Amino acid sequence: MLTKRIIPCLDIKDGRTVKGTNFVNLRDAGDPVELGAIYAQQGADELVFLDITATVDERKTLIDLVRKVAHAVNIPFTVGGGISSVADVSALLNAGADKVSINSSAVRNPDLINELALEFGSQCIVVAIDTRYIRVELGAEGLEQSETALSATPSALSSELFDHIVHTHGGRKPTALRTIAWAKEVENRGAGEILLTSMDTDGTKAGFALDLTARISAAANIPVIASGGAGSMDHFVDVFTTGKADAGLAASIFHFKEIDIPELKGYLDRQGIPMRLTL
Amino acid sequence: MKTVIIKYNAGNVQSVMYALDRIGASYLLTDDEADIRSADKVIFPGVGEASTAMAYLRARGLDQLIPSLKQPVLGTCVGMQLLCRYSEENDTTCMGVFDVDVRRFPGNLGLKVPHVGWNNINDLKGPLTEGLPESAFMYFVHSYCADVCDYTVATCDYGRPFSAMLQKDNFYAAQFHAEISGNVGQRILENFLKL
Repeated sequence: MLTKRIIPCLDIKDGRTVKGTNFVNLRDAGDPVELGAIYAQQGADELVFLDITATVDERKTLIDLVRKVAHAVNIPFTVGGGISSVADVSALLNAGADKVSINSSAVRNPDLINELALEFGSQCIVVAIDTRYIRVELGAEGLEQSETALSATPSALSSELFDHIVHTHGGRKPTALRTIAWAKEVENRGAGEILLTSMDTDGTKAGFALDLTARISAAANIPVIASGGAGSMDHFVDVFTTGKADAGLAASIFHFKEIDIPELKGYLDRQGIPMRLTL
Repeated sequence: MKTVIIKYNAGNVQSVMYALDRIGASYLLTDDEADIRSADKVIFPGVGEASTAMAYLRARGLDQLIPSLKQPVLGTCVGMQLLCRYSEENDTTCMGVFDVDVRRFPGNLGLKVPHVGWNNINDLKGPLTEGLPESAFMYFVHSYCADVCDYTVATCDYGRPFSAMLQKDNFYAAQFHAEISGNVGQRILENFLKL
């Protein structure tokens, strides 16, 4: 039976993990290679490395890092951050990445998804979608956002004025794209998977955005990786049952050992969620 | 021992090379006929699209060379599909080592296509899965699969049963990516190199 996947995400800057970790057994707490290898041994199903700076100067560092990770880790891993061309993807795959994740560049130039799928195959193209539930207004050129849902007075506004809107630049910049329509479009253009991050739940530890995840999962016939909001093991249960996600991604709760991956996978297995149990 | 990885246009072979590095096996990546013929073991990897890959193999005569090899050959993922008779992917005639067709997962079963992630393999037979437990998990990424047939030495189920591994004489094939399937995947590569 195809299992649900648990994916730790490592934020990388200058070839180092950005957020600290609680792994006392690490020789070097900032070394993404060592951390990735530990997660792989613990039973993580995949890894995501997100290069959060990704300037031109830093690409070389990233390529070196990808090469080292590919040597050390025997599970699939995805690299994202600052990828905007066929050449970028080619360099990362040649260094040993199994998949790449694109985000802002796909919004700027949706044809990039088609180009990458044709060149490298859909199986290695993940489109990351950062989304936020905000107030929208229909302007002359379609959709323009106005203010966030939080700052609006709920009673004064019809819920029809709100929608899940795709954001870029780490969730800071709203676009004109409605999230569900964009998810369908990226599938049609050849994306192999969707990495969906709810900026509304990200960092809250109050649970994943279940309703949105379920709607995206129903709308797109490709796997959906849910991200943003994991704070407890039950949140993972919810995202796989109610949220219909194919994979759950989290960062700090794993890094700070608030949730231990073998324990989480054992718990999910006992809840009847198909899991790959190792060890 | 001389292990050759066949070099062609079907995508990323880095993961295979790194997996062999982890095992400590040396290898040569080449499309040279003499090198391939003289190898002790031949790995025929592949990701990508079937018709483009077959066209490339035909243009270089590799479509004749590969089925004529006598040493152990391991085809993985698209490499496995190209060793079959025919692929529905762009109506492609393949090399026909395994007398079985490769078909797309039906889109009407409520299943997502591609089949992505860890799934277990069952009904294990043959030397490559020696030492592996039944229901071992492997990492799959594919939209097309070979039916279960006389050559099936491991099955997997996604909507319907399909061949996770095939074997006929000196030809071995795996639909999953052993090279990134953790310790159990590594065991399959080790078993192949020990043949």
